[in-house]
Amino acid sequence: MKSWLTTTDHKRIGLLYFWTAFGFFMIGGLEALIIRAQLVRPDGGLGVSAETFNQLFTMHGTTMVFLALMPLSAAFFNFIIPLQIGARDVAFPRLNAFSYWVFLLGGLFLNASFIAGPLFGADGLSVAPDAGWFGYANLTSRQFSPGPNVDFWLLGLQILGIASLAAGFNFVVTILNMRAPGMRMLRLPPFTWMTLITQFLVITAFPVITVALVLLMFDRFFGTHFFLPAGGGDPILWQHLFWMFGHPEVYILILPAMGIISEVLPTFSKKPLFGYTVVVYSGVVIAFLGWSVWSHHMFSTGLGPIADSVFAGTTMLIAIPTGVKIFNWIGTLWGGQIRFTTSLLFAVGFIAMFIIGGLSGVTHASAPSDLQQTDTYYVVAHIHYVLFGGTILGLFSGIYYWWPKMTGRFLSEGMGKVHFWLTLIGMNLAFFPMHFSGLLGMPRRIYTYPAELGVTRFNQLSTIGAFIIGIATLVFFWNLLRTRWRPSNAPANPWGGATLEWAIPSPPPVYNFTVIPTVASRLPLWQTERHGPMTPLPDQPPAPIHVPGGSWWPMITAFGLPIIAMGALAHLIPIVLAGAAVVVVGIYRWAYEPFEM
Amino acid sequence: MRGAVYFDAVRFVPVLVLLLLTACSGQFPQSVFVPRSDFSSELAGLFTNIFWWAVGVFVIVETLLVIALVRYRARKGAGEPKPVHGHTALEIGWTLAPALILVFIAVPTMRTIFATAGQAPEGALHVEVIGHQWWWEYRYPTLNISAYNELHLPVNTPVQVEMTSADVIHSFWIPRLAGKRDLIQGRTNRIAFRADSTGEYWGQCAEFCGASHANMRLRVFVQSDSAFQRWVDQQRAGPATPAKGSPAEAGLQVFRRSACIGCHTIAGVAQGKIGPDLSHVGGRATIAGALFPNTSETLQRWIMNAPSLKPGALMPPQNLSPQDLDAVVAYLQSLK
Repeated sequence: MKSWLTTTDHKRIGLLYFWTAFGFFMIGGLEALIIRAQLVRPDGGLGVSAETFNQLFTMHGTTMVFLALMPLSAAFFNFIIPLQIGARDVAFPRLNAFSYWVFLLGGLFLNASFIAGPLFGADGLSVAPDAGWFGYANLTSRQFSPGPNVDFWLLGLQILGIASLAAGFNFVVTILNMRAPGMRMLRLPPFTWMTLITQFLVITAFPVITVALVLLMFDRFFGTHFFLPAGGGDPILWQHLFWMFGHPEVYILILPAMGIISEVLPTFSKKPLFGYTVVVYSGVVIAFLGWSVWSHHMFSTGLGPIADSVFAGTTMLIAIPTGVKIFNWIGTLWGGQIRFTTSLLFAVGFIAMFIIGGLSGVTHASAPSDLQQTDTYYVVAHIHYVLFGGTILGLFSGIYYWWPKMTGRFLSEGMGKVHFWLTLIGMNLAFFPMHFSGLLGMPRRIYTYPAELGVTRFNQLSTIGAFIIGIATLVFFWNLLRTRWRPSNAPANPWGGATLEWAIPSPPPVYNFTVIPTVASRLPLWQTERHGPMTPLPDQPPAPIHVPGGSWWPMITAFGLPIIAMGALAHLIPIVLAGAAVVVVGIYRWAYEPFEM
Repeated sequence: MRGAVYFDAVRFVPVLVLLLLTACSGQFPQSVFVPRSDFSSELAGLFTNIFWWAVGVFVIVETLLVIALVRYRARKGAGEPKPVHGHTALEIGWTLAPALILVFIAVPTMRTIFATAGQAPEGALHVEVIGHQWWWEYRYPTLNISAYNELHLPVNTPVQVEMTSADVIHSFWIPRLAGKRDLIQGRTNRIAFRADSTGEYWGQCAEFCGASHANMRLRVFVQSDSAFQRWVDQQRAGPATPAKGSPAEAGLQVFRRSACIGCHTIAGVAQGKIGPDLSHVGGRATIAGALFPNTSETLQRWIMNAPSLKPGALMPPQNLSPQDLDAVVAYLQSLK
């Protein structure tokens, strides 16, 4: 137990990220099921109140983006990246532990709002955030949201931002500096490349939302008017800041999944990734363009025809590198020897579903067309095809692919296929009808709709689909759990993968590589035209390898942050100071702790 | 004509698919597929254009994917696949192809952006829309009248809409006629459109605006010129004065001595500014933000406990005796 609390081993931290994020994924999913249950009937539904409903969709979005998808990707960054680049750990192992604890505590802080009502003298138990996951000003002002709900949201996101930024810097440094000899940039596995791009997006995008949240905090706590028109501020400023973060965030969510399937498809087609350099460069181009499209979330705010045209144009450009990636993936499958493992099925599912989300994205990019779609269920369908059909299917593919490496145990392929087909059927039943609900005039974020709208049947289909996804996820959860009692019999390279993580035992020893390998090709474990597979590493290290011990200080430092946030929430300066003291002492002790790599 | 689903030839095949799916379950009063104005027709035309490109791309890519999966599935005894790393000409080709398709989408997009930029021609009817949590206020500055939740417009007349908000951001959306455009405090947004058929059109707020966002609905009545003029004349006239000794007359007294006057205006009776003006409330088809039909029964329930019908509504429950309630409802309904 202690060894898990103080661990700085990237593999253990990866597993901690995985299970924590999976827990939040289940919570976010439960929120979605209540939302869907409510909408099964028009005119009042099943009786969920407007206030509760608003909390549920706000927390569903916030949880899935910040507490489930990002950290599930982080689980793979942690576990897989050092193995793929031939390193013994990340560059800053204790900072890595700190990121995890901050993420966990930030997530608990946000969700504590569900039961914190009595502390604030609220009517009910829950004072969860209720202004939507992008918290548009000026609804978030003290005047229109007087309770602690929005405070929980903005403070929780500030805490989580610290975790993301620390991890972002850590992985940029790790990937650039910790590569094994011969691992040139254009020999990096595609997953490592997409991770690197993602982390650059994280360290450039998160400061923007940090600034926005600080301004909002000033408006709410100290009476400033950054976003309040009555005091000369501008609510649209919030939208610009939020989406300057928010659109890169979309690529922060999808690029890791694109990286995952760029590993899975070559392995299970026994062919190298088609057009490796183009896949890498198109990832870079997507990230760059991702910075220049934020206002396409704001076409209905009246930006004027020039701005609308520019942002419509840049947004459409993104379709090009994305299309290139899709063709390259199909090119990878083409001419291969495809083995239909669960991992491959999810990777193919990613391609098939992501196309739908991409194409509906083009209808959003066209500003006038978007006017009839934005803020309706059509855009809800779009984000779910991209983030569920894309990111989540990609992550599932990665879990089936790397689980034997991470635990030494195989997931059941039989249950995996049940999971895959139920998920695919469920998601299409849930999300495809939403296109119609939206185009028939159903706005998003409504707890009730009139029967006369004619969208009841579409909503019922969506609800059935959502519950099928729920069942699929339970099958998956059981599949994960039961591996604990399965034999640890996975060989080093069960799928015949080409990258370095498959050169070492499953699960890897604490030091990863007995000898740091020297890399001579992009596919070190495969026979290619010019290179043979690399010579196997020795079973035992030739000399003892020093591995760092654990440290309490990252976790203790992390505990200071929610204490500060609780002080701010309760307007009690002494608690804020106490939390700050914990952080300062923690960092001081951490800095002077004897700790060797 | 209200709510009927029409087809403009095969222009809206999605609607056909839709009808098959729903087996004609009814009408779709907020469908974007049945536009009844120049503005909404432009948007629908553009969407249809992109839709068919998207269908084409979808079919091609998914077909290639399925062919790859079927043709190249692992077979016993097959040799190792050729380790192809790429194909430059092919890759240039599939970079240029989507770029070319996007030109065919981008050009009409830009054209439509400028065509729908919100400037109505000279002589258009001006309407100001002000969003409130959770109801709509309309002002006709040239006609010197106001309306609430239900917008009346003359058919085939260009309308210049200028919109702003009294509180949080709302979004004005009548799918078959216009929108959507956000209402933002401290800013004025514009749209312009011309409704081409008379009838009743539905809309609602599209931007999340707090507790009763779902209940912030609206109606638009597009009328012939003469019917519109009659409505304008009615609004210009003062509120009806109830006959002596009628139940409505008793209701007026109840209204005068109750909390109603704190928030509502009735010309010559009360001057409250927080809620909608009730001078002509009896002539409206709906109450409470187009949420309920305007009947004695719904009015009674609304007056007795508005927040239970519309979460977050500012109007507190009124503790009126049954006689007073009947009287005040009779009075409100007399205000045609």
